[in-house]
Amino acid sequence: MNLQQSTSTAPSGTTSSGNPRRMKSSSDDRAPAELSDYLMAVAADRDKRAFAKLFEWFAPKIKRIAAQKLNNDAAGFDITQETMTRVWRKAHLFSPEKGAATTWVYTVMRNVIFDAMRKNKTQQAESLSDDIWPIEDQISEEIPFQDHLMSRQLSELVKKLPPNQQEALTAVYFKQLTHEELAKQLNIPVGTVKSRIRLAVTKLKQQLGADHD
Amino acid sequence: MIKHHPSEQLLTAFAAGTLPASMAIGVSIHCDMCEKCRDEVQQLTSKLAATEFSLAAKDSSPAEPSKEALDDIFEAATAENTGSSDDVMLMDFGNMIDAITADDEISEQAVQRSSLIKVHGKHYELPKALNNVRMSNWLNLGKLSRSSLNLDEGPLHSHILHIDAGGEVPTHTHKGFEITLLLDGSFEDEMGTYVAGDFIELNGEHNHKPRTDEGCLCYTVADDALQFTEGFHKLFNPIGSLLY
Repeated sequence: MNLQQSTSTAPSGTTSSGNPRRMKSSSDDRAPAELSDYLMAVAADRDKRAFAKLFEWFAPKIKRIAAQKLNNDAAGFDITQETMTRVWRKAHLFSPEKGAATTWVYTVMRNVIFDAMRKNKTQQAESLSDDIWPIEDQISEEIPFQDHLMSRQLSELVKKLPPNQQEALTAVYFKQLTHEELAKQLNIPVGTVKSRIRLAVTKLKQQLGADHD
Repeated sequence: MIKHHPSEQLLTAFAAGTLPASMAIGVSIHCDMCEKCRDEVQQLTSKLAATEFSLAAKDSSPAEPSKEALDDIFEAATAENTGSSDDVMLMDFGNMIDAITADDEISEQAVQRSSLIKVHGKHYELPKALNNVRMSNWLNLGKLSRSSLNLDEGPLHSHILHIDAGGEVPTHTHKGFEITLLLDGSFEDEMGTYVAGDFIELNGEHNHKPRTDEGCLCYTVADDALQFTEGFHKLFNPIGSLLY
């Protein structure tokens, strides 16, 4: 119930994925092109419907692959949960220009399985996978901050953000509204305002970091 | 220029995540330094993703989800099968979606730190793949210094090996295999000269005596403790135990 309320109060027209096209049945083994849109919708709007679509396509396959690799059904379930949780939380790190949604989710799953198998085989609990397979365009520790060029670049990047993130960012950082004021104005929960701003800032950092490599 | 690359087989296993950590770290460091292999891994990964997901889909029972089920998005998420034994799993999957999306946290992109190590008065940047691997103290023998990496992989031992300018490793052979990833500097042996980024795979067929004029820092993985106990044992025991 909650889910439906929160999606229906989101400003209309902010996402094209609110009404995702039906995917072909899961017996078709080809990956539907929409998967990439769903990932973007999760990244931009925390879109739960889009996530459910991703889950529908990926989760049973991940469970099968993981159960087979770890030779353990219960482990397959845990791997699925961990992988899909990371997909939900890291969707903003997916860039469609760099590859297919299936490839990105595959790398997330591969890392989870790698760490799980290591934990089974060794006495060590450290997760090494994110160091061994770093996500591209890592933010470097020092982002050289400069001058007008930076702010012009910044405003270009802001324009590329999804409209609702742009709106939130502009209201809070340029019009000096508080999170609460903006939430009231848009008639959305404060948490939603906060998560939009966080997503926007993360995306900006990522892009600025990438350009300054 | 880098001339020695991991084999296609190693790159594929790396992309699939099936290599032991020590080997995967070697390939990872190489890919960090070699654009060609980085691109190849990217391509292999996308092929593997397509193949593995496609195989996993074929394994599934061919039951079609009903139209009614598809109408509800959350039921649809669990409408893969209709068999009764799967119902429990499907219900769990439904709960899983709710549990995951109930938490609105997002993971910030990790900032990669770099660490410096100091060997024989020289500073080197440690490969990022080793950020969370514990290293032992340095053991020194003449111009050789090594720190062993605690990866807990049984017979697979990995080290950071430093050879000071003008140093060499006496002729030895490999019963198992040895992987050397040159991190810094250069060295040469009977087969050629190696530069930073070179990924060198040796096995029992090779017999070599690496030496370095300018000094070098390597990441090494070896899988055989016995090689130094036969024949060379008496003579090279100190080096044998140092290198493995």
